[in-house]
Amino acid sequence: MSTYMRDPGLLARDAEGLFWMARYLERVENLARLIDVTQSFESPGFEADAWWGLIRINADEENFSKRGFSPDAIHIKRFYLLDKGNPTSIPSSLEDARTNARTLRPLISTEMWRQINVFHRFVGRIGAADLEGDALSRVCTRLKDAVQAHTGITEGTLYRDQGWYFYELGRLLERADQTTRMLDIKYTALLPHGGREEQRVAELTQWHAVLRGAAGYHAFKRRARAEFSAEDVVHFLLRDASSPRSALLCVRRMESHLDDLRRLYGLHAAGEAIESAELLREILVEKPLSHILATGLHDYLDIVQIQLQKLAACIGRGFFRDWRPEPAATQTQVQAQA
Amino acid sequence: MSEIFDSLWPDYDPGRFFCELTAHRADAGPVPRLLAERLGRIGLPDLRARAAQAETDLIDLGITFTVYSDATAIDRILPFDCIPRVLTHGEWDLLERACKQRVAALNLFLGDVYGKHRIIKDGVIPADLVFNNSNYRPEMQDFPVPHGTYAHICGIDIIRDEFGDFRVLEDNARTPSGVSYVIENRHLMLRTFPDLMAGIKLMPVDDYGRRLRAAMSEIAPGGHGDPQVVLLSPGIYNSAYFEHVFLAREMGVPLVVGADLVVENERVFMRTTAGLKPVHTIYRRLNDDYLDPAVFKADSMLGVRGLIGAWRAGNVAIANAVGTGVADDKAVYAYMPRIIKYYLGEEPLIKNVDTHICREAEGLQYTLDNLDKLVTKPVGESGGYGITIGPRASKEELEASRAAILADPGNWISQPMIGLSVGPTLAEEGIGPRHLDLRPFIITGRESWVLPGGLSRVAMKRGSLIVNSSQGGGSKDTWVLAENFAAGEGGAA
Repeated sequence: MSTYMRDPGLLARDAEGLFWMARYLERVENLARLIDVTQSFESPGFEADAWWGLIRINADEENFSKRGFSPDAIHIKRFYLLDKGNPTSIPSSLEDARTNARTLRPLISTEMWRQINVFHRFVGRIGAADLEGDALSRVCTRLKDAVQAHTGITEGTLYRDQGWYFYELGRLLERADQTTRMLDIKYTALLPHGGREEQRVAELTQWHAVLRGAAGYHAFKRRARAEFSAEDVVHFLLRDASSPRSALLCVRRMESHLDDLRRLYGLHAAGEAIESAELLREILVEKPLSHILATGLHDYLDIVQIQLQKLAACIGRGFFRDWRPEPAATQTQVQAQA
Repeated sequence: MSEIFDSLWPDYDPGRFFCELTAHRADAGPVPRLLAERLGRIGLPDLRARAAQAETDLIDLGITFTVYSDATAIDRILPFDCIPRVLTHGEWDLLERACKQRVAALNLFLGDVYGKHRIIKDGVIPADLVFNNSNYRPEMQDFPVPHGTYAHICGIDIIRDEFGDFRVLEDNARTPSGVSYVIENRHLMLRTFPDLMAGIKLMPVDDYGRRLRAAMSEIAPGGHGDPQVVLLSPGIYNSAYFEHVFLAREMGVPLVVGADLVVENERVFMRTTAGLKPVHTIYRRLNDDYLDPAVFKADSMLGVRGLIGAWRAGNVAIANAVGTGVADDKAVYAYMPRIIKYYLGEEPLIKNVDTHICREAEGLQYTLDNLDKLVTKPVGESGGYGITIGPRASKEELEASRAAILADPGNWISQPMIGLSVGPTLAEEGIGPRHLDLRPFIITGRESWVLPGGLSRVAMKRGSLIVNSSQGGGSKDTWVLAENFAAGEGGAA
């Protein structure tokens, strides 16, 4: 650091705010994509099953029944797109993201703040009519566009000191989490029936939907063999070195960011989190996939999920705990002051 | 000059009030006419369209204050009126000197009431007014503050009467707010009405953050080349949070909340990702009561335990100092002309609104004799409670007021009803007169500096005298003309 510039440091509370703002927005984008894909690729006759998959991916079974909805397509759409009382809905996530953005106003750019404000207003105005027919896909597209606009504005305007690293850590952690959850649920649902040709085609369609859910359909097509297998899809989502949403890519980037925080900013508290990320990376690459699939992907993904949570906890302990004595980084977190 | 406005705005009638734009002022030069012509050229429909755009801008940018009701939080904007209020070079010169004079007297007064009590011993101000004041802080007695400055940030509410004379209505020496709107309003004008401003030289308002930071550095405990300044806010649920953000950004310092700070060994630190980092000056936007649960309100969740101890140990500066509230309440206000005279040997450059002090026989007699013409105010209340407006009161109300004053004269002051000046404002009926006040902001470290202009608040309702944002008031950009037209060719007289 040059001698005539000062290191302003970063408040632990702001580091946490950046981490969570990114997580919430990442959630919105993933959820919007999943809703869109579910709508576009639902198999006639199995609509309710397809939509219920969304509930399972988000581990919302209990939450959903508590809200008093019936498990059909329209209620699940409402639960995620309209229900402000559901903490995992898009309106709630955006509300939380904006609340964090408000606490972060001294750090984030005016452009970022303006965009999230306008975005927030748009989400607040989504109504029942937007869930009908072709309107749903349009709304999902606008939601994804808005998060991506946020991402672009952030890329171009957020000052890249340590705060930016915490923002990226939040986004990557959430992304890895979402990808592995989706894979877990979908894989189990799709599991290999083999058999007749039309069955196989239907399965393929579903695997395509999974890939689209991770924004990886076209890239996968370019990489995969003509006759791809379920194992290839699993590989792509977990271990592909170039897919922006593969678990491995997210973990590698987290590792690198944590390393930068330690090296460039002297944050020695990163040590524990770096070890945790290394362990996670090893888990992701160590065993052959065939072996994992043979012994049970679900159990394996459980381990990955737990390790992701441990990593989040390490980051919380290392950097955020200071201002908030209780363990930070649980599933949902909005900073609030009395 | 007035004929020009008659032909441009035939329906505009300020009545008996002083108009901040159309009243004759030799040193305003061509600016009022120019402004009126330009507004005429833009035309009402376009003015309204641009004003609406400006308000959308404010909402998108979150330049809002939050109004909380039981279940909902609503972000409101401070309504913005696009027709600026113009202060001439000469007017500003007077306002600036008067503000500095007032702040100097306030600080000397505070130093005295928390020091030797000379002004009380000399009988200029009654002891009970100071020592029984709810904002008097005995903890401050004999506590030295750097440069003798207690009120580092001051906002002085000034009005203009029917004759165009400025009068001080109120001093705000605790945590005055509104300065962010002064600067944001200017930016908004530059974006939305560049054609209105073209070629008119104005004094800039952009320097506030730098000046504030400099003052905060000047008061830091010694020995730091580059002291760590922070802004302490109650947090996002405070209605002035936007302003806190604005000021932290303009100063380039962290915005902290109580939970970010910790006191160890009588030193203040903030909690960062790299551990504890020392803090040297705190610009707090938190009332005295909430600063330190160990000293004041024990249940304050917003403050920092041990902060006052660290301050008393000389390890951190706090602005404004604790206890400034004793200088800015209604009871002491009435004595301000005498306070200025006592410490500075000068007459106030801008007078108070004439105030009759009922604890004094003469004031009491005058008040009782003229109840139907005066506004009577209890000194211990704020927010307009207990006020009787004589000319608008019924016989019964006047008698009730008389009884209340006689029961406790010391608790009452009275003032004549002032006809606040007006400014042309974009209103339902077109461009109409609306009442205004002015709050200049003064920063004091070693010396005082006054932000050119200040916040012009405007009552958006026709005939209303209430400019407060909580009651539907709005604001205008305040222009201070950089050119002195009185001296040169501009004299339109």
